[in-house]
Amino acid sequence: MTETTTAATPVPSSPPQTAPTSFIRALEIDVRFLGMIGALAAIWIVFDILADGTFLTPRNLWNLSVQSSSIAVMSTGMVLIIVMRHIDLSVGSILGVTGMIMAVFQVSYLLPTFGFNHPAVMALTLVAGIAAGAAIGALHGFVIAYLGVPAFIVTLGGLLVWRGAAWAVAEGKTIPLVDDNFKLLGGGADGSIGATWSWVVAVIACLAIAFATVQARRQRQRFHFPLKPVWAEVTTITFGCLAVIGATLVVNAYTLPAVLARRYAEAAGIEVPPEGLSVSFGFAVPVLVALAVGIIMTFVTNRTRFGRYVFAIGGNPEAAELAGINTKRVTLAVFALMGALAAIGAAISTARLNSATNAQGTLDELYVIAAAVIGGTSLAGGSGTIAGAMIGALVMQSLQSGMVLMRVDTPYQNIVVGIVLVFAVWIDTVYRKRFK
Amino acid sequence: MNSLATTAPAARTGTPLVEMRDIAISFGGIRAVDNVSVDLYPGEVVGLLGHNGAGKSTLIKILAGAYRQDSGEIRIGGQKAEIANPRDAKRLGIETIYQTLALADNVDAAANLFLGRELMTPWGTLDDVAMEAATREVMGRLNPNFRKFKEPVRGLSGGQRQSVAIARAIHFNAKILIMDEPTAALGPQETAQVGELIKQLKAEGIGIFLISHDIHDVFDLADRVSVMKNGKLVGSARTSDVTKDEVLGMIILGKCPPGATPGPGASL
Repeated sequence: MTETTTAATPVPSSPPQTAPTSFIRALEIDVRFLGMIGALAAIWIVFDILADGTFLTPRNLWNLSVQSSSIAVMSTGMVLIIVMRHIDLSVGSILGVTGMIMAVFQVSYLLPTFGFNHPAVMALTLVAGIAAGAAIGALHGFVIAYLGVPAFIVTLGGLLVWRGAAWAVAEGKTIPLVDDNFKLLGGGADGSIGATWSWVVAVIACLAIAFATVQARRQRQRFHFPLKPVWAEVTTITFGCLAVIGATLVVNAYTLPAVLARRYAEAAGIEVPPEGLSVSFGFAVPVLVALAVGIIMTFVTNRTRFGRYVFAIGGNPEAAELAGINTKRVTLAVFALMGALAAIGAAISTARLNSATNAQGTLDELYVIAAAVIGGTSLAGGSGTIAGAMIGALVMQSLQSGMVLMRVDTPYQNIVVGIVLVFAVWIDTVYRKRFK
Repeated sequence: MNSLATTAPAARTGTPLVEMRDIAISFGGIRAVDNVSVDLYPGEVVGLLGHNGAGKSTLIKILAGAYRQDSGEIRIGGQKAEIANPRDAKRLGIETIYQTLALADNVDAAANLFLGRELMTPWGTLDDVAMEAATREVMGRLNPNFRKFKEPVRGLSGGQRQSVAIARAIHFNAKILIMDEPTAALGPQETAQVGELIKQLKAEGIGIFLISHDIHDVFDLADRVSVMKNGKLVGSARTSDVTKDEVLGMIILGKCPPGATPGPGASL
């Protein structure tokens, strides 16, 4: 009786909705996301006051962005895991073992083959690391989905196994990284793209925001759906672009120290002016990697079958199964993805430290889970956002970084972070009960 | 061939849409369905009756692909069919409205309607706008007052959720529709609506299995009833040949009246 009509016909059965009254509803902004941004801003301002104005400096914010990258990358995968009502306690250990694998592979095999700083060294190091991470994740996923062992247990075992494996790869030795291209992934003065390229990135980002908004509007026009008011679209684009421009101004305001700037000028053959040379850092490479991962993961979550299935399974596993979704395969894929993301996190953090150690990433699983949960991912499954988790990673790092600036001792830092985690989840629980 | 086919009136002498023959399934030593045979013709409503735990839902879950039978044969349109999973069932034109509705509460109506069968853009991404348009169209016919297209179905009323589940079953040109307690969560007015819908679908030649533990829901809508008790088929009868009381006797006592064809589960 029913044709699966997808033609662009008007829909008489559903008259346009009445004009949204409230400002926020017209903008269709996620109130919780707005709340998280507000909380982050509050944390930053409080720390700036407590730390005598040392927090809200270009230098500190730039460092914060770099320090958050690795956890932010991994938190995007953890969102999908938790949405599917699983947990992954092994990400820190996977980070450790894949970091070790990448370092050993690079130093022992790639360098002798290709030579110093050959571009293929970086590419193949990454390919090897990500493949290893995905394989480890897929193994976990297989045991969880097909053998029916709970994810908590499998990944708890994984935490021990892969930490031990990280030691076994090089008998506990620390492996220094030598490839300069690979080191760019860690950030630092070399691993940043400078002022000009940062503006290029900013312009592209602004154009992308505008294009995406217009495209979404066109799609809805095609089917004669109710549209957002034009002023709301313009406001969204404006705020998005202002955020991009603001971030660019901050990272460009962080300049190389005078000594390094002189060395840079000598290397590049630039005349140093008498008043001193000002060389901007610009966006750090790991931050760009994290943002790219965030955008790709958001796309995967919202626009692909895979993402839709992850959420449907999290909402009602039985219904997903009855709808004909291969839930086991999706589970395996989600854990493989998590492993691959842990390897990207490993690339960033080993590059940042210039070496791989077997203790790398210890306790990262807890920070990653905390970031996802602070970012609004529900442990009951079925809800969470990539952007929220990345903000959550920034919140976690802000707390730590702020307390370092205030010279709080590490044990006390842990006490504060622990309390904040519980507090944040409590607030979220209250919010969910009240507003649903 | 099939003992039930002999009781079919002239209008139903063609090939049955569904023949389930000697279906059996056990869970941990318990025979949940024990050599049950039922059939269904185009444009026919067959009520599947029995107490809670009689095995009705298990039987239809085998047809829907949620369970695999231990023994017995399923024929769809005269052809032997292997239904290993829900996808196989849907490919054969079998759609199911489960008692639990089987909705993912955290996503919206369109996502539920197309779950497992998403419309895609030429770039291989989800075509949410097209899915929403189709959802608006089918929901416009089932439940014209429905407006919450952007909301997770968690936020819908029982009747609205039910209409999403029904929309999902009828949108994909079902030939065979299984409705498991379709009115359990509904008020009187909505129940009447579902009754109207069933008559409309029947007129279009769709065969419907209507599962219920309550005879009053089913008797007026069904052309035939098959009654199960303790996993066994008590018997099948045309509703014009038996009374409600006689069918009640089949459900409660397993006693097969003269107007019905007794099955292996009939008490003597």
